Amino acid sequence: MNFKLKDLGPQLITVIAVVLIFGFFTYNAQINMEERGIEFGYGFLSQESSFDVQFSLIEYDGSHSYFRAYLVGLLNTILVSVIGIIIATILGVIIGVARLSPNYLINKFAAYYVEFFRNIPLLLQIFFWYFAALRALPLPQDADAIFGVFFLTIKGLYVPSFIWENFNIFFYSIVAAIIAIIVIRIHAKKLQETQGKQLPVFLISIGLIFILPLFSFLIGGVSLSFEIPQLKQLAATSFVYDGGLSLPPELIALTLSLSLYTATFIAECVRAGIQGVGKGQKEAAASIGLNPNQVLKLVIMPQALRIIIPPTTNQYLNLTKNSSLAAAIAYPDLVLVFAGTALMQTGKAIEIVSITMFTYLSLSISISILMNWYNKRIAIQEK
Amino acid sequence: MSNINFLKPDKSNLNTFLYLGSFLFFISILDVFLNSFFKVNLTGFLPNLLSFLFPLILGFIGLHFVRIEYSGIKQLDLINKHINTSNFNAILSLLIIFVVIKSIPPILSWFVIDASFTGDSKDVCSGSGACWTYIKVWMRRFMYGMYPNAEQWRINLSFIALALLGSVGYFATDKFKKYLTLYYVVIYPLIAFLFIFFFISGGPVFFDFSYGIIAAILSIIVGFFIPSKFKFYYFLIVPFALYILLKYFLFFEEYIELGKLEGLNWVETGAWGGLSLTFIISFFCLIFCFPIGMAFALGRRSSFPLIRYISIGFIEFWRGVPLITVLFMSAVMFPMFLPADFFIDKLVRCIIAISLFEAAYVAEVIRGGLQALPRGQYEAAKSLGMGYWKMHIFVILPQALKLVIPGIANTFLALVKDTPLIFVVGLLEIVGMLNLAKTNPEWLGFAMEGYVFAAIIFWIICYAMSKYSYNLEIKYKTDR
Repeated sequence: MNFKLKDLGPQLITVIAVVLIFGFFTYNAQINMEERGIEFGYGFLSQESSFDVQFSLIEYDGSHSYFRAYLVGLLNTILVSVIGIIIATILGVIIGVARLSPNYLINKFAAYYVEFFRNIPLLLQIFFWYFAALRALPLPQDADAIFGVFFLTIKGLYVPSFIWENFNIFFYSIVAAIIAIIVIRIHAKKLQETQGKQLPVFLISIGLIFILPLFSFLIGGVSLSFEIPQLKQLAATSFVYDGGLSLPPELIALTLSLSLYTATFIAECVRAGIQGVGKGQKEAAASIGLNPNQVLKLVIMPQALRIIIPPTTNQYLNLTKNSSLAAAIAYPDLVLVFAGTALMQTGKAIEIVSITMFTYLSLSISISILMNWYNKRIAIQEK
Repeated sequence: MSNINFLKPDKSNLNTFLYLGSFLFFISILDVFLNSFFKVNLTGFLPNLLSFLFPLILGFIGLHFVRIEYSGIKQLDLINKHINTSNFNAILSLLIIFVVIKSIPPILSWFVIDASFTGDSKDVCSGSGACWTYIKVWMRRFMYGMYPNAEQWRINLSFIALALLGSVGYFATDKFKKYLTLYYVVIYPLIAFLFIFFFISGGPVFFDFSYGIIAAILSIIVGFFIPSKFKFYYFLIVPFALYILLKYFLFFEEYIELGKLEGLNWVETGAWGGLSLTFIISFFCLIFCFPIGMAFALGRRSSFPLIRYISIGFIEFWRGVPLITVLFMSAVMFPMFLPADFFIDKLVRCIIAISLFEAAYVAEVIRGGLQALPRGQYEAAKSLGMGYWKMHIFVILPQALKLVIPGIANTFLALVKDTPLIFVVGLLEIVGMLNLAKTNPEWLGFAMEGYVFAAIIFWIICYAMSKYSYNLEIKYKTDR
């Protein structure tokens, strides 16, 4: 054991400094709270919140507790993040691949897209979409239908909603399809490794994911119908759409700007990943007789993904954290509902800000732990 | 010239294909052009959908005809290679060309032709174009916030002086080149700080702060001559001691009064705003987050476990939370942590919060550079008898920082782009001012102009920064 007294000094001093700073803060906090008559504690979470939230995924009104308000905010944050991540990934991959296209026009177009959206602050983009672009949309009564069923108005986007019967059977069939696909993939991999045979896994997967739910319609008694939004007059000049699903303009502006902005970073990750695979790999794969499809699937993508995935997850995390900018346009996300309204009402600054920060912190730390695990799994095993 | 196969253009009928193809392509472009610029529809006689798709089909056939490999005509080969490699590419190229042609007239008319530039009231903005008059009238507010009009020369003077002093590096002769680092790291920030303090603020807002900066800079300069063994303790004790000494024993209230320039009104930080505030915040955060980040990067790679864990905790905490909650914390939670009579200015709290936040990102970037250095560098430095600090200052950090220039530039870019978030604590830089101007009853309905204006400004700043960092990267690239 090479324990050295000399090493102890700096560490001890640092720890003492940190403890002193934190002690100073807590001491002051205690005194301040005593003076103002605030009590520290998380008991307020079960009290009645008595404020309303415009848009929520779960049933909520003023009679519910603060904890439920927290859940509403969290779910709204997750909703925006998930939609944003999906759109940003699709867009990012397309732009990233376009950036490598031999076609001069496409290449430049993608490059301009990236340079343009990356260099404008996200908050400005959110404001632009919300206050400038979406405000130019028509009023509900003047809106034209897109494909006959979608209505894009100044009050939001109205889409038809699904009305399911026996939804659980449909859901089970999809789960069954996914499990079957996983089993087949494992089997196909084993087959390829032991016998060199290749199954058309992709085609089989597509077939399964369509056919099994189709059976649930035919046999399981599942049925689906649409409820199309209808224009309804509230007053002489006030119209709304009734029925269907309505997406508030805040949600649209937020997802749009988040995904357009994050897509530029994902595009750069994708480009770097594909460029990072050596040219020799491609040539070597072609020279042993793989066709271009196989080269892409078996040689390029596995290596490129290894480079692409870690920074892309980072971007997903950034998107989730950036979704907190929702507070600027009054989309009821975690920050607005909980760190905004609930804080104003209860005045419990320390508790609420700490809960909010802890939520984001646990979200990002859990993802980064997952990422490290994934990285270790796919890292090249060097001998 | 005998049998022409239209499905497979080849070189033997080059001229036929070339003329036919270019003609069709030209017609398709002409159709879109006339349609978009002069509102003339050449194909109005066709059914609706066909008329819509007509140029695309025509252009596609045209491009198909001219796709002849090794035609011997240089320009044609160039076109084929770059925009016309396959049918799919041809369609995409055509679509992009059409979109560009289609979007030029509306954009041009909104920006220039139908826009109003003159006048100073809302009445001139009746056209369908942009109302740049709005920007013109509000320009001072967008640039300087609520800063009094009569005093704005102070901001201008400070920024011009700082820009001039900042460009000293380009004119330095070789003799002075070696002092440039010292100048930019220590002296320049100090001058900048004094300028902003004396001219822009004109009051004792930052005085507390200025002691800290003087103490830090003095102790860094002296720190170079302290033996490596004691450096850690030195930096732990001396700056704080110096700060207390300066604040409580050397400078008294009378000196503060003396230090004020006569005739300059004090402008409180709440009135600062606009683009100048963006610059001030970015500048200070940039100065502060770099050394803090460096310290935590070294701490994370330290061999002392406790220091390492504290650094990891610090970095992961700030990286895990959104900036907006950090600013919330600085606004509502931080005052609770301070003694009741101890007041820190809102702007200063903001700068501290953003600096700590960005420092965590800088730390991770620098750690990447430190990890990328080969072990041999550390071992070589140690074998020369260098201590920890000497080794890092003279051998490791110069190389590591060179490696991470792009990463650091990205972090600084993110910093500049994050400054609008300070609206959370009620400070209004340019985007905040736009939102305020937008709600002015006399100027309703010009949100678009304002955001476009701000977007252009931010875009220019960020693009220039990224290009500059790219140049730096090329300049300092050393082969190993």
